[in-house]
Amino acid sequence: MPIKSRLHLPHVPARPGEKPDFSYVQISPAGAVPRPQVNALVKDVAHLALEMVRVLDDNADAVGAWHPHLDASELQVGLRHMLLTRIYDERMQRMQRGGKISFYIRSLGEEAVSVAQGMALSPSDMLFPGYRNQGLQIVRGIPLVNLMCQLLSNTRDMCKGRQLPVMYHSKANNLFSISGNLATQFPQAVGWAMAAAIKGEGNLAATWIGEGSTAEADFHHALLFASVYQAPVILNVVNNQWAISTFQGYAGGEQRSFAARGPGYGMAGIRVDGNDFLAVYSVTQWAAERARTGGGPTLIELVTYRGAAHSTSDDPARYRAKDDAEHWPLGDPIIRLKAHMIKIGEWSEERHEALVAELEAQVVSSWKEAVTFGTLNEGPKLDSDLMFEDVFKEMPENLQRQQALMRKERS
Amino acid sequence: MANMNMIQALTSAMDIMLGKDPSVILMGEDIGYFGGVFRATEGLQRKYGEHRVIDTPIAEGGIVAAAIGMSINGLRPVAEIQFADYIYPGFDQIVSELARIRYRTAGDFFAPLTIRTPCGGGIRGGQTHSQSPEGIFTHVSGIKVVMPSNPFDAKGLLITCIEDDDPVVFFEPKRLYNGPFDGDPTKPAVPWNAHPKGQVDEGYYTVPLGKADIVRTGSEVTIITYGTMVFVAAAAAAAMNLDAEIIDLRSLVPLDVDTICTSVRKTGRCVVAHEATRFSGFGAELLSIVQEECFWDLEAPIQRVTGWDTPYPHAFEWEYFPGQARVSMALKTVMEPA
Repeated sequence: MPIKSRLHLPHVPARPGEKPDFSYVQISPAGAVPRPQVNALVKDVAHLALEMVRVLDDNADAVGAWHPHLDASELQVGLRHMLLTRIYDERMQRMQRGGKISFYIRSLGEEAVSVAQGMALSPSDMLFPGYRNQGLQIVRGIPLVNLMCQLLSNTRDMCKGRQLPVMYHSKANNLFSISGNLATQFPQAVGWAMAAAIKGEGNLAATWIGEGSTAEADFHHALLFASVYQAPVILNVVNNQWAISTFQGYAGGEQRSFAARGPGYGMAGIRVDGNDFLAVYSVTQWAAERARTGGGPTLIELVTYRGAAHSTSDDPARYRAKDDAEHWPLGDPIIRLKAHMIKIGEWSEERHEALVAELEAQVVSSWKEAVTFGTLNEGPKLDSDLMFEDVFKEMPENLQRQQALMRKERS
Repeated sequence: MANMNMIQALTSAMDIMLGKDPSVILMGEDIGYFGGVFRATEGLQRKYGEHRVIDTPIAEGGIVAAAIGMSINGLRPVAEIQFADYIYPGFDQIVSELARIRYRTAGDFFAPLTIRTPCGGGIRGGQTHSQSPEGIFTHVSGIKVVMPSNPFDAKGLLITCIEDDDPVVFFEPKRLYNGPFDGDPTKPAVPWNAHPKGQVDEGYYTVPLGKADIVRTGSEVTIITYGTMVFVAAAAAAAMNLDAEIIDLRSLVPLDVDTICTSVRKTGRCVVAHEATRFSGFGAELLSIVQEECFWDLEAPIQRVTGWDTPYPHAFEWEYFPGQARVSMALKTVMEPA
């Protein structure tokens, strides 16, 4: 027998100069996937990991068993948060380009993930975000000025100048610190949830990771511990197709969905249209109720598309088809929710324009306020003495000495 | 007071803390029903329940990460890594996360986690059950590093670590679990009950971090050491009839620089001894500090006694181990007149 073994390299559908091709994305029709009871056995919900939960159809109607039947006011809040996230992103990108901040990461096209999921959870649930979940900060009501001061590493920076831009946290709002290292938050969220269960509290933890980072051991530790201890945690894989330049196939997404890792570890897995606000809300609500009623963890794969560059240090034109985003078959989350709200008579183009103008003004005025607390280059500065604090609860002698030396060096 | 070996003293510390503070939980491989491969958690699951003394999957990275998550949710986990040699799958979580959670959140979040792990050789463990990786952890800003050398200190230090709001890696020199060891494997084992430090208070007490113990006061030479080497160094100096001052550091981070320097200024001679490998080891840090702080008081170059810069070989365990002969050579060199 001749040797047939040959190294397989995952297929990248379209590189620069090629025609975008999303035929690999398996899409279920809206309303087609049944909604099981929240206490269903893992083996009975295996189909959820392979199909795609969708509520909004191509006619902007909400259909099927996963329709969450939200009040118009909730839809309006959701639209507002998504729009604010996008406008904030656009403005901060420009501020980075103008040299005001060192680095930025946009979530263009993925706004429904953070906003719908954040809204479907309770404020007392602990969130362990990744670096592209700014919508969670918006949903939890963190003032834009606070977020901007973090980006500026200025005198009001919640991190006291110790973290790269976008690595926010808010203890008061149950938002854990974003690491900057990938995947590390995933098993930590599971540990947090285990503690909640040990203490007999009703809160759950939710965490987010990109599909690329599911390759890290931390992802697998998280699923293992979540499954073994049936922890009240929602594990979210944001599959935006790209990990910088590396296509999702290189994280193992070519042969089987990321959601299918869930049943593989013994927990429910749900694959959802990540650009469908209603579907994202609904599956999150299902997973939250399941976790709160002792049904254990759920792995949710949110199928979306990274509309922007990985970060301000990246240029996707060098590795993916230029008009890729325009061909993405699941559309834009803001446009889709807006169309649905107009269709049901709860929104209009005029109101939309007015809201955009209002939010743009809010972002501009917040920025004006934030820079009064300093920027990297001008205005009030953080005291460099602060760099020695919080290494430990009490500053040890060697750090006290180094602090004194630094003062001398700078005098 | 009761006779306890180091294992019993550690068990007692955890028992007391489980009883005293409902936020304390234990977790690790084989620690629950079975009581741990070294028996350090024996009986504790029966006493406090499966939700307080938790068996885990064999995934050190997962153990550390989950314990971090628990610690930021108000618990004080004590995680056992079965051998220090197995700690590396959890290394990223310790270095990149645990050590910096307080710093990166400007004190808003903190992780009061204690990681216990048996270290060191002398039990025929080969290169995967004998390592002393403490120096790797002392190089990381934001974690405390502790290594007791006897039952009394082990208990008091562990209680301090569990109550500490900063993360700690707590190394247990496993050759000392059952008795003090002078470095000679051919002698019959000596149990702790014959040693004053094997007399342990059965109740709650603490031993502070950052406070070295002067095991023996002396005038001719200072030996700075910790863990397994404390007794080896003492035996070597005694065999040479040297009036050595022996300092057991107990905690490497924070480090008791004052006790070290006061002693070296007095004796004018210094030997640093640890079981870990030499190159970039913690001994190099100790040498630097003594050189920077006590240079004009030194009568001779500082000497280092360490394991060789090889992995810990199974068949040549005692050729590798820095026993009395290696300590004696260093002492002889340091005592030579200039």
